Amino acid sequence: MHSRTAKIALVSSHPEVYEPCDDSFALVDALLADRTNLLQHHPSICMEIGCGSGYVITSLAVMLGHEGFVPYYIATDINRHAIRATRETMDAHGVYTELVNTDITSGLEKRLAGSVDVLVVNPPYVPTPEDEVGCEGITSAWAGGENGRSVIDKILPAADTLLSEKGWLYMVTLTANNPSEICLEMRKKGYASRIILQRSTEEESLHIIKFWRDSDSELELNNLNYWTKLVMN
Amino acid sequence: MRLLTHNMLSSNIKGVANGFPLKIEVVTVVEKEVEFNIEFLKKMFSKVEWKALAEASRTMGYTELPENADASMLDSDDFLHKFHHALLELHLEEGALVCPETGRKFPVNKGVPNMLLHEDEV
Repeated sequence: MHSRTAKIALVSSHPEVYEPCDDSFALVDALLADRTNLLQHHPSICMEIGCGSGYVITSLAVMLGHEGFVPYYIATDINRHAIRATRETMDAHGVYTELVNTDITSGLEKRLAGSVDVLVVNPPYVPTPEDEVGCEGITSAWAGGENGRSVIDKILPAADTLLSEKGWLYMVTLTANNPSEICLEMRKKGYASRIILQRSTEEESLHIIKFWRDSDSELELNNLNYWTKLVMN
Repeated sequence: MRLLTHNMLSSNIKGVANGFPLKIEVVTVVEKEVEFNIEFLKKMFSKVEWKALAEASRTMGYTELPENADASMLDSDDFLHKFHHALLELHLEEGALVCPETGRKFPVNKGVPNMLLHEDEV
């Protein structure tokens, strides 16, 4: 059978680029589990913020196929080594993405506003001292400041700007990031959300959350109940 | 970098009101064949700022795009193929994107625009 994700052996590596790890695998597994929906969603523009090694965006391109209607893939990273790694990873898999070396989505927000149908983000979510955020090289891949929220809190408004009416956002979060609060913040912007994958590793408890524009509150309530239970336990 | 991406970029320097379109300074252009897909082109047509695309493609040495375009032209096979070529197959490999307001250059190396700002530009 054809592989449905990027092959680890073909993922480019560099000392200054974050290698695919549990969080990356969790995000790709979540996308793969949602693949049928993604295919039916028929996205025109798919984007990744912080593409790192290129494992996630390449996996997305591989699982959505590269024959017939191919969406416009665009990925950003603040780290130029990551941009190069992503290019190599994409090339090794015979897929193509446009790359922009920038901070989050700076320079793209005006013209891409309301256009992105699928946005994937594995943000730097590790709680760190604030002065480590946005440092050069690999530190930018994980340093998330207070509660690991510094970069996430910049990504959320950018995502809201970029997502199309039918846009979906898939994001990795850590329990320490207070995902219930993230969901509430997004609720205020008109998004429903659902945890589509939960995974506990030796070091961390990861949630992959999917967001979409929706005024229906039923799912939101389910989600709030879920978080309430989580907090109570 | 495809011209589709050029069409989606604008100068992000603080205080710049009119950052689009970025002017292109060409060092190297490469052409890469892309599978033709009408449905994709039709979707992108509504998102593309035509004048910026036509101007950018001329700068890259491709002069076949008309000055103006409207959706009725999407019925023409000839038009679609030219649009396809300009939008997806012309790549700025080396060069720069220039902010129309400040003249600040954003370098493009190995097909990747560098939109990172200096501290005093954020």
